[in-house]
Amino acid sequence: MMDSSTMARAQLPPQVGERSGEEHSLRNDQPVPAGTPERGESPKISVTVGDTRKVRTLEVKAAVENLSFYYGQHRALKNLTIPIADKQVTALIGPSGCGKSTFLRCFNRMHDLQPDTRYEGSITLHPDNLNLVGEHVDPIEVRMRIGMVFQKPNPFPKSVFENVAYGLRLRGVRNRATLAEEVEKALRGAALWDEVKDRLQDSALALSGGQMQRLCIARALATTPEILLFDEPTSALDPIATAKIEELISTLRDQVTVLIVTHNMQQAARVSDYTAFMYLGELIEFDEAAKIFTNPGKKATEDYITGRYG
Amino acid sequence: MRDRAVELLLLAAGLVAVFTTLAIVAILLIESSAFFEHVSIVEFLTGTMWTPLFADARYGILPLVAGTLTTTIVALLVAVPLGTLIAIYLSEFAPSRLRETVKPILELLGAVPTVVYGYFALTMVTPALQWLMPDLPGFNMLSAGLVIGLMIVPYVSSLSEDAMRAVPRYMREGSYAMGATRLQTALHVVVPGAFSGLAAAFILGISRAVGETMVVAIAAGMQPNFTFDPTQPAATITAYIVQVSLGDLPHGSVGYQSIFAAGLVLMIMTLVFNVIGFSLTRRFREAY
Repeated sequence: MMDSSTMARAQLPPQVGERSGEEHSLRNDQPVPAGTPERGESPKISVTVGDTRKVRTLEVKAAVENLSFYYGQHRALKNLTIPIADKQVTALIGPSGCGKSTFLRCFNRMHDLQPDTRYEGSITLHPDNLNLVGEHVDPIEVRMRIGMVFQKPNPFPKSVFENVAYGLRLRGVRNRATLAEEVEKALRGAALWDEVKDRLQDSALALSGGQMQRLCIARALATTPEILLFDEPTSALDPIATAKIEELISTLRDQVTVLIVTHNMQQAARVSDYTAFMYLGELIEFDEAAKIFTNPGKKATEDYITGRYG
Repeated sequence: MRDRAVELLLLAAGLVAVFTTLAIVAILLIESSAFFEHVSIVEFLTGTMWTPLFADARYGILPLVAGTLTTTIVALLVAVPLGTLIAIYLSEFAPSRLRETVKPILELLGAVPTVVYGYFALTMVTPALQWLMPDLPGFNMLSAGLVIGLMIVPYVSSLSEDAMRAVPRYMREGSYAMGATRLQTALHVVVPGAFSGLAAAFILGISRAVGETMVVAIAAGMQPNFTFDPTQPAATITAYIVQVSLGDLPHGSVGYQSIFAAGLVLMIMTLVFNVIGFSLTRRFREAY
């Protein structure tokens, strides 16, 4: 039934109550077969839902395979293989310096802005099998398809409206009615419309920190990205603003594949469907969030989530 | 006790600058008031003839103001676009090694004595312009303005570059992450983000251009001429002051006192530009 490939590629038949944690957690040392699936055939990932241990299959939006990343000679990411499930929230956790932000920034090629950086391996975006870190793949094209929200809210020194319209304008949208419609949709999607609808022409820098961050989410949503990357999106916010962002991320699950880096383990447990624990540039454990936080398979993961280090 | 002594010393150093400024203002006011006993303020401000050296001396400041503004505008038309483009290149495109090499060299241009620029305008730029425009007089404001513009490019580009580099990296990253190119990021995010610093750079450029003396004295012709046509010869306020202080008019005469009135006008012009620049800077300052 299942070939020798990783779970990232294999389509598992729905089975009830038969799977062990070992079976669906990915390990670095598992061999990855050469060749990629045909266009349009996304690989699948299996997932257990709730306590019933019911298994359903999900499509993989991006398959990370043997990804390594180098700053000059320094190998910051070591041979990562992780499936990113479509329209699910995948969280990356681990102590400072473990490479989780570095990993996140591979998805939209932010490292290309620095000289002397190099990717190895692949991140295959489905369904069209685009290797995001491919040597001949234009980083601009990648960034057109992958959105990102940063640690510190970074609205542009423009009006609220122009911030959200920025990506649309870059993509050549000129029609004013279309722009207005899309901006409103994105602001509603980011749960910000009611707060800013009367001040669309005011400077975005006059908003509160939490509003700014939701504006940045709206800015990314406006361009309907296929994957939305969050790099510790709440670390600069107060608890109330944080709760709003978390709630928003949960609702975004239906529209977009979310990848979130967080320092806060409670946050990862609250918002994510899948969780990857990284340490020193390596993937230690990847599994459903429920499993990682209740019954981790590795001692290192357990030590980290119980607060023994990190 | 020693702290107190250091404090007083620093205070004294600060007061030197303040006292110098006040003394300059006082001298300008006192000497100009003597001038205005002979010449009415209305004639001074509205007259279109400036002929202190003629038997029938006329003291209308407008020709000098027109000459000053014309050379300044020509200079800014060169310095603002060129300086901004250089700053965008250095801040957003150039590899850091190149930037660290080019910027000091550019700033060295500001150390070239202005008299050198003056003769550069007269003996190189004017003949080159005459090749394009055969009717151009040997002394003209165009040539002087262009060279002043080149001269202040290092100031404008260096300050603009500082302002753009002060725009935080996460702001640029936000733009790149949206799929913007370097140029789009520079024009739509970095330039608006650095606007207050850019405004300050332009205002400093204006102040330098308005106050520039040697280039206009050498290349623009020192003939008070009420025109805004840059192809004409003319005198600026500073060129007139240097002409008189070279000894064409006897000390204590009305003509001699006129340089203080002209200097007062120059100071007020610079002050106005600085106030505009200061308010622009405050209005567009972005708190990151």
